[in-house]
Amino acid sequence: MLNAAIMAAEEGSSPLAPNWWEFLVTLVGFAVLMFIVIKFVMPAFEKTFAERTAAIEGGIAKAEAAQAEANAALNEYKQQLVDARTEANRIREEARAEGAQILADLKEKAAAESARISEQAHVQIEAERQAAVVSLRAEVGTLATDLASRIVGESLADDARSSRVVDRFLADLETSSSAGAAK
Amino acid sequence: MIALALPAATTEEGFVAPTIEDTHYRDILPWGDAYGVWFDPGFGKQMLMVILSVVLIATFFLVASRRGQLVPGKMQFLGESAYGFVRNSIGKDIIGGRDFLKYVPWLFTAFFFVLVNNIFGAIPFLQLPSFSHPGSAYAIAAIFYLLWVGIGIKKHGLRYFKLAVVPSGVPWYILPIVVPIEIISNFIVRPVTHSLRLFATMLAGHLIVTLAGSAIEYMVSTGNILLQGTSVLVLAGAVAMYMLEALIMVLQAYVFTLLAAIYIEGALHADAH
Repeated sequence: MLNAAIMAAEEGSSPLAPNWWEFLVTLVGFAVLMFIVIKFVMPAFEKTFAERTAAIEGGIAKAEAAQAEANAALNEYKQQLVDARTEANRIREEARAEGAQILADLKEKAAAESARISEQAHVQIEAERQAAVVSLRAEVGTLATDLASRIVGESLADDARSSRVVDRFLADLETSSSAGAAK
Repeated sequence: MIALALPAATTEEGFVAPTIEDTHYRDILPWGDAYGVWFDPGFGKQMLMVILSVVLIATFFLVASRRGQLVPGKMQFLGESAYGFVRNSIGKDIIGGRDFLKYVPWLFTAFFFVLVNNIFGAIPFLQLPSFSHPGSAYAIAAIFYLLWVGIGIKKHGLRYFKLAVVPSGVPWYILPIVVPIEIISNFIVRPVTHSLRLFATMLAGHLIVTLAGSAIEYMVSTGNILLQGTSVLVLAGAVAMYMLEALIMVLQAYVFTLLAAIYIEGALHADAH
């Protein structure tokens, strides 16, 4: 450059001779442009780039988070479903067992009740039979005495003797009837 | 420019090719002529266009970057693509590392400053690539020369000069040959070629278009029907050259910025080379 300047000074018209005003204007022009670029243009572009990168990366992160959340929810629901099924099976088993238990209890209770009722009936029948026997014994004695006295025509007023006769008769009767029942 | 006595009317007949001086417009405001200093003062078309380029670039990028929306509009998208191209394809790929962003404004400004000023040469009526004037080419190359030498010194101290001129792994007895070559190649030839490459390609393109234009004008004005017919061929050639020049204008802006990035990277990592 120095050479060129010297040449310009000597010859005046070398194509390599610079016009120093043009040199200066270019320097200043470059400096002004550079200032504007550093001060305004570059920060604005870099800011936009950074924001855009952040937005894209933020979007991806957000999507990943949403995906993870969805997966977690899905797993949770699956787990809940499995739990619910297990629970339902357990409850069904329990209900079945309980039903069987209740059925057995009821059967047992019914059997006991029927046994009790039949026992009671037996007892009652026995009691009534005894009552009937007693009342029969009393009445039959009187009736038989009356009948015999009418047939015989004599008074069997002698109570002691007649009651002995009746008792003996009845005892015979009982013996024969029990022998018939045993037969 | 000081108007050199051009051989304007040397011959009666024949074509007089335009010279480099003819590609320089006369100053719009020749306010320095009266002083007759050795450098030509005065405000010329070229300076006006450099200023115009600064205004155009600044306006475009200020408007494009102003909104900063996440989903860009057309203007913002264009600005972002342009910025991203220099930032990533040149800055990040060449300089790399974490601190390439520090040098992006230099590269970005250089690329669009050179690009727009070159393209001026392809726009009718403007039709002057600013860097076809050597002053501008020297200026912008000087900026980067100082920048990368400054980076080297800041990064490595004065050891930078040793790192830059003494290649590692060279036997000591070759060093007396290698070191002068490295000094010349790195610190003298490099800035000169950096500026001259841009200046020469722009000047050549500008000259070719000028030459073709004046040739056509001359051929048509001769009144010779054959020459007038031939001028159509010249016109076709001129249009082709114009297209090629337009390509070279863009290419040279890219090359200039790319080289600047490579030089910066070389200074940053002088110890690794």
